[in-house]
Amino acid sequence: MSPLIIALIAGIVVVLTAVYISWRAGRLDRLHIRLELAQEALDAALMRRRAVVLELAGSRLLDPATSLVLAAAAHEARMSGPEEREHAESDLSGALRAAVDQERFREKLAESPGGQELLEELDGAVTKVVYSRRFYNNAVGVTRTAQRRWLARVLRLAGHTEYPQFFEIDDNPPVSMATE
Amino acid sequence: MKVGIVCPYSWDMPGGVKQHIDDLAQALIAQRHDVSVIAPAADDEELPPYVTGAGRAIPVPYNGSVARMSFGFISAARVRRWVRDGGFDVLHIHEPLVPSLGVLACWAAKGPIVATFHASWTRSRAIAVAEPLLRSALEKLSGRIAVSDAARKSLVEQFGGDTVLIPNGVTVSRYSDAEPLDGWGPDGATLGFLGRMDEERKGLPILLDAFAQLAPERPDLKLLVAGPGDAKDVHDRLPKGVRDRVTVLGMVSEADKIRAYHSVDVFCAPNTRGESFGIVLAEAMASGATVLASDIPAFRKVLGEGQAGALFSNGDPASLAREAAALLDAPERRAKLAEEALVAVGKYDWSTVARDVVRVYETVTASGAGRVEEDL
Repeated sequence: MSPLIIALIAGIVVVLTAVYISWRAGRLDRLHIRLELAQEALDAALMRRRAVVLELAGSRLLDPATSLVLAAAAHEARMSGPEEREHAESDLSGALRAAVDQERFREKLAESPGGQELLEELDGAVTKVVYSRRFYNNAVGVTRTAQRRWLARVLRLAGHTEYPQFFEIDDNPPVSMATE
Repeated sequence: MKVGIVCPYSWDMPGGVKQHIDDLAQALIAQRHDVSVIAPAADDEELPPYVTGAGRAIPVPYNGSVARMSFGFISAARVRRWVRDGGFDVLHIHEPLVPSLGVLACWAAKGPIVATFHASWTRSRAIAVAEPLLRSALEKLSGRIAVSDAARKSLVEQFGGDTVLIPNGVTVSRYSDAEPLDGWGPDGATLGFLGRMDEERKGLPILLDAFAQLAPERPDLKLLVAGPGDAKDVHDRLPKGVRDRVTVLGMVSEADKIRAYHSVDVFCAPNTRGESFGIVLAEAMASGATVLASDIPAFRKVLGEGQAGALFSNGDPASLAREAAALLDAPERRAKLAEEALVAVGKYDWSTVARDVVRVYETVTASGAGRVEEDL
């Protein structure tokens, strides 16, 4: 085999490898973008839920005890640091269930002026926490798998991005709300 | 919101997925969203204004059945152009694992993409072979929806991850007006059942045993049974004297199904378990029938703990017979329950289901994700 042909083959192999690596890197990059967007959507959904719960608690439509339970849980969730965040958000889900699943809670609230709108806002906020968390954890799962592949590890395709963490909370909606 | 919906199956063939997409599109349009559906359809076919044809569908065997789908260069080019020119805020692909327009759209687009999984399957060879290819398509999905627990389970077992569950809706208005079947009609003595006869968890044997208990003391009592299965098995379960009072229709058309709901006084749902959401129950309620159902958790919830329909002890023919007799003797209570049922079923109407789908759209577009663009 002449040196020219060997050089040619070597050249083609190098080009193909480069194309493959850049394709893999591009794919990983796209996963990171998706993960980031999913994270932002989850943060927005959690923030929205806290805000709606605080609004409900401050609305004077509820009895003072229920208001206090909800306000305290929402406040805890808002002030929690990254370590306690999963706990605090789970507690908020629990407080919401305790409040909303009281007998005739929805009916009573719906009868008050502005109550129906608040209920709808709350339904939407609770549902979106469930949805955005599922989508976020999905994004974490695929990104983790992609980062763990040997090519990505050896060539450090992920750059300085952190190994993503799942967000595990109890986000079960109140029984009277769930359609599932 | 500008929504692009991708239908994998031929628009001119009736089918569950196509029906789901049409109902969803109409519900979204009613909520003032801007909807465009792309579906396999021949160029000369008449389509609703919101549907774009992507070329003629070809019958192909896939994953155990024959479906009419579109693929190939022409369809790929049309899907690509539809994505590029659509300017969609979100792209909603149905059945992205089916080799039809869904896969093509996944390939041609990037940005906020959500997908709905309808079918359930047991670990399939076809899907296993194509797994790496499908996996990279699935990676592009920002949100995944399953219509049933079975569909969710199939997907999660083969590909991992998770989905949100948004069940099928019922278009209540489609059920409200229908004539009873010829020779039938609510006459104060007709019971009804709809569902697979040979599937034990649908509970037909319990209803048949209850019927055998009631029939001797009520000479004009009749039972109408519709759904796939063998009529002989049904008759064999009954004592000889009452067999001719049980009519087995077998499989019925969609129109006849609705007429059947209108033909009975008490619609019975004796399901013993499962039924995360009783679509049959919801249809009966939408038709204005009085419902008598087993007290499994799913049914208790749909029926508001007995407000919108009567309940009997799950698996107990004597309890079913007792409750059915009480209902047949109380026409006013029947009317009241049917009225409540019509209100309660609103929760399962497409307009409500579409609202949850919109919440998925809002979640994936929440954080400035941009629009759907062509992926070059």
